[in-house]
Amino acid sequence: MSSIRTGAGIVARGLEKTFRTPRGEVHAVQGIDLAIAPGEIVALLGPNGAGKSTAIDLLLGLTPPDRGEVTLFGRPPAAAIAAGEVTAMLQTGGLLRDFTVGELVRLVASLYPAPRPVGEVLALTGLDQLADHRTQRLSGGQAQRVRFALALVAGARLIVLDEPTVAMDVEARRGLWATVRVAAAHGTTVLFATHYLDEADAHADRIVLLAHGRVVADGPATEIKARVGLRTIKATLPGADLAALHRLPGVTGAERRGDAVVLTCSDADRAVRALLAGFDPRDLEIAGADLERAFVALTADPEARRAA
Amino acid sequence: MTAVTYTGLELVRNLRNRQYFVLSLGLPVSLYLLMAGPRRDVTDLAGSGVSAPLYYLTGIIAFATIAAMLAGGARIAGDRVAGWTRQLRLTPLPARAYLRGKLAAAYMMALIAIGLLDAAGAALGVRLPAGVWLHMTGLVLIGLIPFAALGVALGHALGVEALGPAVGGLTSLLAFVSGTWFPLGHGTLADLAPYLPSYWLVQASRVALGSGWPVQGWLVVAAWSAALTAAAAYAYRRDTRRS
Repeated sequence: MSSIRTGAGIVARGLEKTFRTPRGEVHAVQGIDLAIAPGEIVALLGPNGAGKSTAIDLLLGLTPPDRGEVTLFGRPPAAAIAAGEVTAMLQTGGLLRDFTVGELVRLVASLYPAPRPVGEVLALTGLDQLADHRTQRLSGGQAQRVRFALALVAGARLIVLDEPTVAMDVEARRGLWATVRVAAAHGTTVLFATHYLDEADAHADRIVLLAHGRVVADGPATEIKARVGLRTIKATLPGADLAALHRLPGVTGAERRGDAVVLTCSDADRAVRALLAGFDPRDLEIAGADLERAFVALTADPEARRAA
Repeated sequence: MTAVTYTGLELVRNLRNRQYFVLSLGLPVSLYLLMAGPRRDVTDLAGSGVSAPLYYLTGIIAFATIAAMLAGGARIAGDRVAGWTRQLRLTPLPARAYLRGKLAAAYMMALIAIGLLDAAGAALGVRLPAGVWLHMTGLVLIGLIPFAALGVALGHALGVEALGPAVGGLTSLLAFVSGTWFPLGHGTLADLAPYLPSYWLVQASRVALGSGWPVQGWLVVAAWSAALTAAAAYAYRRDTRRS
């Protein structure tokens, strides 16, 4: 109980990890600081090679860091794991052959001090019909649901999900996120890695954006999008003078798409007022920069970013 | 409690894998009947003082149980490749309990093999007083300790593809140089074999002569147990650090 009073789920300070490979050293993680509160749903986002998997391994204690330290609920990862406070759905997480789905879920449940009821977990993950199937006969999507069930049944305080919805169909995805949200509402801390930007946008309270082994942005999706500072205005405006549009206050770019124009804005509020005053736009749409644009802007090569 | 459940399920898993089960047990029994059957009336095999059916019985028991222990430990590699060992490291199950499950399953396969081979031996006329049988079987189970450790070391050190040749090859090689198929007589092989733990598994048949293992047997088995346990611990640490 004392760990609850510390108020921290995951705390990482100054994590660094370098791998030695035949082709030289790879600085997979070059300084990650992170604090995640109990009940938060946090997405770990980043391009391939950004250090997501290494970061997860460090946070879970599967790989010892070269520098820095991690605590889970106020203790070292190994102690938190031994106490049954942690569960994870790993990308590489295997399912044992020769067991049925039900047996495997029951087996994992038996390893934890306070597991969730097996029947409930099988129902939540849509596996009740598959409980008697041997694991080697499952489809990719079914196997992924079993992995999620194994993570869920632990009843742990921290769930780490690495690319959890890969190979899942739409319904299974929706079910997974609904279940995750309920678990978080009950105080479970959820950390997931994904390369689906919309998934991070839709389901995370907070996004930690990694690039080149560092945290380049950390905050709610809206804030990260706002950090890039761009909004777009789209309007039907046949035959408009693009150069004139570009000169409007707050507009940084203008392009034509058929009868419509798309204005990229650093100050959309002023741009809209100027647009309405000087032109006759119809079907006006204002949108925040999407996460993808923010993602590309923030994860670009550090040299390129510094030059920009 | 959880460790007991885990061991139980590990046993169930072995029994469920019919290919593994049948091949691990059927092969040695057939081999024994083929070798000892035609020589069932030989009462002193090549000066060993032991009847052919009994000599071959302990020989084939050594062969089958070494294979069972190596293959059992080597199944760790399968779990590793499937990502299961990594998954287990994130549960409260201690690494020790996982290992215990694997070793219990390997010993279970070895015991089933001993039971079937004893039955085959009885069919060929091998009769042992209960005390002698217990003594002999006890020595075999103790003599398997180095091979349990070797199996674990192989399971952590080798890839799945290399395991078939490693387990099959090592078992055949050890069986050959340890006098499993015939008494070693005199020569270089006979001089070197007593330094191998597998030799002493075959020599468990000497219980029938009232002698059992001399001090050298105990020392050799103990030394190999210690060395291979250290090797297994090293392979385990290297393996988990790498992931």
